[in-house]
Amino acid sequence: MNGPGRLIVTAPPPRGRYGEFGGSFVPETVVPALQQLEAAAVEALSDPQFLAEFYRLEAGYAGRPTPLHHARRLSERVGRPVWLKREDLLHTGAHKLNNALGQLLLAQRMGKHRIVAETGAGQHGLATATACALLGMDCIVYMGREDMRRQAVNVAKMKLLGARVEPVGDPAATLKDATSEAIRDWVTNVRGTHYVIGSAVGPHPYPWLVRTLQSVIGSEARAQMLELAGGLPEVVIASVGGGSNAIGIFAAFLADSEVQLLGVEAGGRGPEPGANGASLGLGTPGVLHGSRSYILQDRDGQVLPTHSISAGLDYPGVGPEHANLMATGRASYLALDDRQALDAFHLLTRLEGIIPALESSHAVAAALRLPAGQGPILVCLSGRGDKDLETVLGWEPS
Amino acid sequence: MSSAGDAILAALPRSGGEPRVCPYLMAGFPDPEGTADLLLAAEAGGGALIEVGIPHSDPLADGPTLQAAGRHALAHGMTTRLALAQVELARSRGLRVPVVCMTYLNPVAQFGLEEFCRAAAAAGVDAVLVPDLPLEEMGGLEGSASRAGLGLCTMVAPTTPDRRLALAAARATGFVYCVSRTGVTGKGDPTEGTDLLDRVRALSGRPLVLGFGVRRRSQVMALAGLADGVAVGTRIVEAATGADPAASVREVVAELCGR
Repeated sequence: MNGPGRLIVTAPPPRGRYGEFGGSFVPETVVPALQQLEAAAVEALSDPQFLAEFYRLEAGYAGRPTPLHHARRLSERVGRPVWLKREDLLHTGAHKLNNALGQLLLAQRMGKHRIVAETGAGQHGLATATACALLGMDCIVYMGREDMRRQAVNVAKMKLLGARVEPVGDPAATLKDATSEAIRDWVTNVRGTHYVIGSAVGPHPYPWLVRTLQSVIGSEARAQMLELAGGLPEVVIASVGGGSNAIGIFAAFLADSEVQLLGVEAGGRGPEPGANGASLGLGTPGVLHGSRSYILQDRDGQVLPTHSISAGLDYPGVGPEHANLMATGRASYLALDDRQALDAFHLLTRLEGIIPALESSHAVAAALRLPAGQGPILVCLSGRGDKDLETVLGWEPS
Repeated sequence: MSSAGDAILAALPRSGGEPRVCPYLMAGFPDPEGTADLLLAAEAGGGALIEVGIPHSDPLADGPTLQAAGRHALAHGMTTRLALAQVELARSRGLRVPVVCMTYLNPVAQFGLEEFCRAAAAAGVDAVLVPDLPLEEMGGLEGSASRAGLGLCTMVAPTTPDRRLALAAARATGFVYCVSRTGVTGKGDPTEGTDLLDRVRALSGRPLVLGFGVRRRSQVMALAGLADGVAVGTRIVEAATGADPAASVREVVAELCGR
């Protein structure tokens, strides 16, 4: 295929609602900024010049289109064709750069030159720091202390790129705490600052905006399946933390009612409270970080701690559109645990010579559990696993 | 107007004089059973209205001091129901000033909006303030509060444009909380809020309470004629960490009131 896939641009949902989910639950100070962001995004996404600049960077800088790989040895193992959408080959090693580039171009257009971001695995922080270096913008990344420890290489890279990495919270702090702190920074410095949220979560218009920018994955993958596999996949699988790679790839297949959409959450150490990140599977509806979705909480509405071997899935909420796709039955979600993800990590590495991110390993693990002898599976391989080597090599079952 | 709203207007009259001091306490900090004592101490020090924070795990508008106090309270077993029980206990021991509960949407939503408002009103709470519930999303709580005879406070910020300011001012049945500057609690210079107070004063007959960053008596005095109340949180919660929290809270409130 020639050039990056086109974004799937839809009108923002009224009041940010996806069925009973979504919305915008934030302090008054940033309400006007969110309204401004929605208006600016709607305008930019209909401006051919803005889109041309986005596609130019996606092609020449980020490396789009990313390949679609027919994973032959993995297919043999699964007993049906498996195709991998290679977001791991995007610059900085994950799909996060699609969103960071798009939001930074938008921030420039709004005249905001100070950028704040949160990060869990460090991939969104790295993508944002990279795009800030490219576009000459100031970058502050908030990161939980626990994540800084387990993603030390990404911390070092962000610093090399000129970003300030701000440690957040107590030694156990992860993505949830980093997100809260990034929002607090934004509330404080809202006039000159843009907050680049890293997943399809948060107050409206972020879930819509991030989905739109990540839809480049789905529109490419769909065209590549038709071209290379000769038809649509039977199942599309993606890992779901906040759910941006999943909604990005699902977006292109929503209207293909014969295509099953399967999201894979972090089962962590098991279903008990605090031991996983399976918000859709084990959570209940509630409000976290500005939107109503499924969250892991106790009965008083306090958000629970989470665990996953994968820092990027270690989050107690999920994007509101996923909550609605589950409610309407259009997509289904399952949780796979640390062990299953790790087994898939090793298997893909040996069978295909691709070291996947632990997040993406959850999606591969789901493919391994589908029945043999049926139609093609498309897996979003959202990132590469270099960042996870220390975790993988040091892993001991508990 | 609810009788709760009347009590708040009586406590924070729009007299144009020096604003009344509205101390904020985090329920369950430092001790789950001691909040009623601190409410009474804050009243004794001269507090005209007391804000009680119900702790939440993810308080987006709170600065580091209030976050830490909330974490501590939750770790020691504080819940929404227990926080309301402390207000009820203080009432039974003679607390007279209005009490406004400040918390976030999720704990209230899990409790149930209708049930929360009924329980709060029964416990002697006068109004509720939910910082992550903007005007566009406020309808549900507004109805429940009104049915329970509970006032609802709205928030405005320096970034709020005039037409939203008018809506927020019109929908307040408690007070209008004016956020002194962009940011979280506990930091900055509250006199930055002067412009906002000027803009909102003509739009509402409700008391205007300025908050975020007020720590000193001189700041309270400087707001004379501008605000009807000043919310002081971080300074009071710091005081509650002392060896005798009730005595320290009373002393700090008295100092802020110029007593």
